[in-house]
Amino acid sequence: MIIHSIFFYIFSIIAVFSAIMVTVSRNTVHSVFFLILDFITISCLFIMIGAEFIGMIMLIVYVGAVAVLFLFVVMMLNVSKQKNEWLGDEKNSNHIPIGLLISGVIFFELIIVVGGWKYKPELLKTFSSIGIDLSTTNTHEIGKVLYTDYIHLFQLSGMVLLVAMIGAIVLTFRQRDGIKRQSYFKQISRERNEGVELADPKSNEGVKIDV
Amino acid sequence: MIENLNILINEIYKIFLLLIPILTAVAMIVWLDRRVWAFVQKRRGPNVVGPFGLFQSLADALKYIFKEIIIPASANKIIFILAPIVTMTLALVAWAVIPFSEEIVIADINVGILYLFAVSSLGVYGIIMGGWASNSKYPFLGAIRSAAQMVSYEVSIGVIIINVLLCVGSLNLTDIVLAQENLWYIVPLFPMFVIFFISALAETNRPPFDLPEAEAELVAGYQTEYSGMMYAMFWLGEYANILLMCSMGSILFLGGWLSPIDIYPFTLVPAPLWLILKILLLFILFSLVKAIVPRYRYDQLMKLGWKIFLPLSLTWVVLTASYLFYFNLLPVN
Repeated sequence: MIIHSIFFYIFSIIAVFSAIMVTVSRNTVHSVFFLILDFITISCLFIMIGAEFIGMIMLIVYVGAVAVLFLFVVMMLNVSKQKNEWLGDEKNSNHIPIGLLISGVIFFELIIVVGGWKYKPELLKTFSSIGIDLSTTNTHEIGKVLYTDYIHLFQLSGMVLLVAMIGAIVLTFRQRDGIKRQSYFKQISRERNEGVELADPKSNEGVKIDV
Repeated sequence: MIENLNILINEIYKIFLLLIPILTAVAMIVWLDRRVWAFVQKRRGPNVVGPFGLFQSLADALKYIFKEIIIPASANKIIFILAPIVTMTLALVAWAVIPFSEEIVIADINVGILYLFAVSSLGVYGIIMGGWASNSKYPFLGAIRSAAQMVSYEVSIGVIIINVLLCVGSLNLTDIVLAQENLWYIVPLFPMFVIFFISALAETNRPPFDLPEAEAELVAGYQTEYSGMMYAMFWLGEYANILLMCSMGSILFLGGWLSPIDIYPFTLVPAPLWLILKILLLFILFSLVKAIVPRYRYDQLMKLGWKIFLPLSLTWVVLTASYLFYFNLLPVN
């Protein structure tokens, strides 16, 4: 048990430290790397409380895909200009009130959730009526609940993601002219008599090639 | 306290027992790769150092160790040094869940296949970090190419894994192997095996999908600025990853440590040896592909990943699920 708590404190210290470093590090790419470190430690904490499925999904989705895209975007910016200057800079300090407001709201929500969980345990039962069976693995448990009782919500969230994806594609899609595209069918279905033309060039005149 | 210490020492002993053979195997597999590659092209390959050139990798490793590590002046030093370490560590930690037989496995966790998938998807960070921290054009272009490529092909690998999981009904690697006792999944899921093999080539940046390091255009891509031992670590990590993908393929489709037929002469061969033989078979296929197929163009690579493999594997998921449902074969416990 003592080893368990030692590991818990190691992971939580790293998590809090890297969460702070995300906001204070001067270099934006470093911020993203600290964010990745944060995701990894959080998934370690998930695995420690026995939620190995959520921990692994967190690693795959957030670290393996989302953070790569973050990194992509941040690397494309001009990093030497885009330093995190808002902490020390006078003229950019109007970001701070907005940030404080948002973090205040999130803190308030956390207090409500954790407080309700701590002092009114019966509140939780109003949200979920399903008893959780501890004898099977939690992958099976999540599957049983997600695809039976919450199937409509599950499908709905899938729809939301699909719509968002289509929206993003429509916004960035542009048809450009003058670009040669490859079509496998055209290439394969080409015949010899379309591609080769026998010419009989006369001397001093040559052949006219139309391009 | 003493008991805890004993457990700790036991675990460390087991880890070393796995790690040292893997590192040796990686060195040998580099030699095998070059040898197969040479034979296909009617060359001899490395055959001077030791019998059949077996110690060539050892000689190369010595050379790398004694070379100077050069860190470019404008590089981001911490990330530059971290990148090869990340690559190599990630390639090695994934081996913890690979079952060599029903008993020989370091961590027999419930979500083994997800762990493998997660670790192989983290592999992209070593490359991006190396490419960005080098602060130079070619490595950066290589890193960007590789990130896009690995993220795309992970999607189809994930969908292929779902196919196998539908048949097994468990995420545990030992269960996946045991479920293939009667029939290896390469038989009913053969198209998925082919797609898995090609996606694994793309995921490990092997030819014909080695665009991140395309030496003709990008001068070795993200590895351009690396030298000495740091380059060797990238290289070791890459080959450890290839071996990992081969073992993942043999566990998912070729029945892991199970012998092909359960009769007398085959049952004498110890279980881990079967897995090793299957890994070697897949690896030789990897090197044959390297020798035979020319490099893809980048847009062809993306087209293959998103427009061909993803719809095909998704369709196959629907097909597998409907088949299992219709014939009432779904593994329900």
